[in-house]
Amino acid sequence: MIWTTSAPAITAAFLSSLVEAVEALTIVLAVATVRGWRPAATGAFAGLALLVLMVFALGPLLDRIPLRLLQFVIGVLLLLFGMRWLRKAILRAAGIIALHDEAVAFAAETEELRDQARRHDVRLDWLAGLASFKAVVLEGLEVVFIVIAVGAGRGLIGAASLGAFVACLVVVALGLVIHRPLARVPENTLKFAVGVMLSAFGIFWTGEGLGVPWPGEDVAITAFAALFLMVALAAVALSRRARA
Amino acid sequence: MTTLTTVFQMVIGLFVDDGSLALAIILIVLLSSIVANLMPDMPLATGAILLLGCLGVLFSNVMKAASDSHSKSMKQADD
Repeated sequence: MIWTTSAPAITAAFLSSLVEAVEALTIVLAVATVRGWRPAATGAFAGLALLVLMVFALGPLLDRIPLRLLQFVIGVLLLLFGMRWLRKAILRAAGIIALHDEAVAFAAETEELRDQARRHDVRLDWLAGLASFKAVVLEGLEVVFIVIAVGAGRGLIGAASLGAFVACLVVVALGLVIHRPLARVPENTLKFAVGVMLSAFGIFWTGEGLGVPWPGEDVAITAFAALFLMVALAAVALSRRARA
Repeated sequence: MTTLTTVFQMVIGLFVDDGSLALAIILIVLLSSIVANLMPDMPLATGAILLLGCLGVLFSNVMKAASDSHSKSMKQADD
């Protein structure tokens, strides 16, 4: 395993999983608060099982695609995905769009579930489980993409999955201990970091797919990440100044 | 059918949030591919277009969003 490639891959999977797990935990906690742990846990585990199945099904399938084509396609998708995250993180850091608030999300979800309880009391366990399942699948889908994208073609799917899994364990453990949404997690800073890393991976892989022999090979990813970080920080500073 | 549409929208939503950013990235990738095919003996030129193009696209997109937000808040203040 080459450390210069595996370290950013594992870190990107870990950080993105951390962000998405915090968001999923908020919904699962809301479900548990309104209807108890049984439907919340059942829905969450069913969602996790589906996500793991997707990684195991798609990972080996991707190994059959020619490497250059795989690098190009995944590189372009990483660029679209990573720059989308980075753009949003920059706009949030600059105060142009509102920060994601876990406490508000928790209150909204709890209210919606209570409203559903008033309307369909009999089916509520099923609906609550479904809400928990949906939250885990929707938030986890982005993590699955990142794990596959940074891991495929280099035999790093296992390592990236491990990074994502450890992040989930950390968030679940914290959630069980404090029993409320993890509102203090610096979500936007994490998204900023993941956006920078994924954009750097996107440039590297798209270039490799087009036959670009990057100077320094894998080390170039770190240089691209530094460039994206500089441009993003400059954009935050200038956007703040434009707003003032 | 509705579920299929929702799943499709969800998958597209993973990659496209601001349409103009996605379109600009695709255009940069297309330009890089054209350069890679026209000048196969200068692969670093392809890399430079790809890297600088994406950095430029990100920066200009964010600055445009900041400027739009500023104009909008100025207009609301005038109203």
